[in-house]
Amino acid sequence: MAGLELLSDQGYRLDGRKASELRKVQARMSVFAQADGSAYLEQGNTKALAVVYGPHEVRGSRSKSLHDRAVINCQYSMATFSTAERKRRHTETLYPRSQIDIYVKILQADGGNYSACVNAATLALVDAGIPMRDYVCACTAGFVEDTPLADLCHAEESGGGTSLALALLPRSGNIALLQMDARLHQDHLDTLIEAAMTACKGLSEVLDGVVRQHLEEVSVLTRD
Amino acid sequence: MAAVQVSEAEKVYIMHGVRDDLRLDGRGCEDYRHMEIETDVVSNTDGSAKISLGHTDVLVGIKAEIGKPKPMVPDEGYLEFFVDCSANATPEFEGRGGEELGMGLSNTLYKVFNNRHSVDLRSLCICPGESCWVLYVDVLLLQCDGNLFDAISIAIKAALFNTRIPKVHISEDEEGVKEIVLSDDPYDCMRLNVENVPCIVSLCKIGHRHVVDATLQEKACSVASLLISVTHKGMVTCVRKMGGGSLDPESIFEMTEAGKRVGKALHAPLMELLQKEESLGKKRQKVGFLG
Repeated sequence: MAGLELLSDQGYRLDGRKASELRKVQARMSVFAQADGSAYLEQGNTKALAVVYGPHEVRGSRSKSLHDRAVINCQYSMATFSTAERKRRHTETLYPRSQIDIYVKILQADGGNYSACVNAATLALVDAGIPMRDYVCACTAGFVEDTPLADLCHAEESGGGTSLALALLPRSGNIALLQMDARLHQDHLDTLIEAAMTACKGLSEVLDGVVRQHLEEVSVLTRD
Repeated sequence: MAAVQVSEAEKVYIMHGVRDDLRLDGRGCEDYRHMEIETDVVSNTDGSAKISLGHTDVLVGIKAEIGKPKPMVPDEGYLEFFVDCSANATPEFEGRGGEELGMGLSNTLYKVFNNRHSVDLRSLCICPGESCWVLYVDVLLLQCDGNLFDAISIAIKAALFNTRIPKVHISEDEEGVKEIVLSDDPYDCMRLNVENVPCIVSLCKIGHRHVVDATLQEKACSVASLLISVTHKGMVTCVRKMGGGSLDPESIFEMTEAGKRVGKALHAPLMELLQKEESLGKKRQKVGFLG
């Protein structure tokens, strides 16, 4: 990748996008009828599938259950490379002694895998009818020669530059996750976070549109 | 398998219905559910297919890589299967829960597909004894509503039809060192002949009759089932009995005949559909999960 320019002189990136342009996002909810909630999301060439089961009784050891809140169990895995990571998160005081399972699968990876998963999981949770305070939108951002790039593809991520992953709650502007694995001068940090937050806000509008459209389709079907 | 609890009264209801050739969703005993197939859904594989059979969803991706041929058969390539029962299908498959089912499925797939009668393994040879094409077939189970074998076998046939293996030739330089050279044109590919690839038909014995394409509820009422893999000519290539119950030799004969009939009738429409999809060419709108 050493010969490729991440940002050309005219301001175009490897795939022809401008610095602050997001990749095309397409999503669909209720992809699977058997799961409580499911969603499929494409962010450019990255494809993620998220499925939610729950809230249901805690499986396995009873000691995992909390008396006043639900336990969220997540599994993230990539298709054809069967590495699975398991994480556990806690949620606020709703659904005590129950468990919500979120399974995310990457069907095609082209950069921004984690963000695509977070976005797909948000849609799947909305599809499952689990009350949420806000959408959780995630996006990556990078930095090349004083210009922040939004929504990195695989070539840009592995190019050796900075890569920051940010998950935002758009309405309140609170950051749920901030992760960066590279060296960056502290003067650039604010610009990078700003760029990522703007990208996330744009993404939240797309996700909101998908949810509203899905609701329209479902209500049309049940009306007659 | 993701289990469904069925009460005794429900079992009797299903059995009586099957006896009169009427199943829960109104099908006859030898009818398949609504099937949707699409190929070329995952763009970074050499061949892929997605199939939905009722509520069973299976995604198959095939990647072709160069490897060393098996010592017993130096002039043939081979297929490697991996079935991933993902937690998407049911929470019971979380972590290693789906491993047992996945191993069982892949072992059967090896028996059915990885032989020279189903796929022309000789065409996968590049240099006898030194290098050959290895097709890694990865099956991803997304939704499980019974009849996994049928869905997986049809998806594998569609994915093999869709597989494009790049053409290579061996170049030998002055010292006699052989090098594999990939052709420059990315569209210069070799296709596989999938005419003889069999399809698996599963027949479940419910009461005194058998049903094709059983849902999870019907499976819970049956004691034993027979797996038959049938080619387009009606030839049976593999027979397996699954389940804990016992089968009468006469019913095995009956089920084999029915399986042959149903399997043979499956191939022609499938090939027609695949050819039609291919003839739409690049202008075809890929739907995938977005439809």
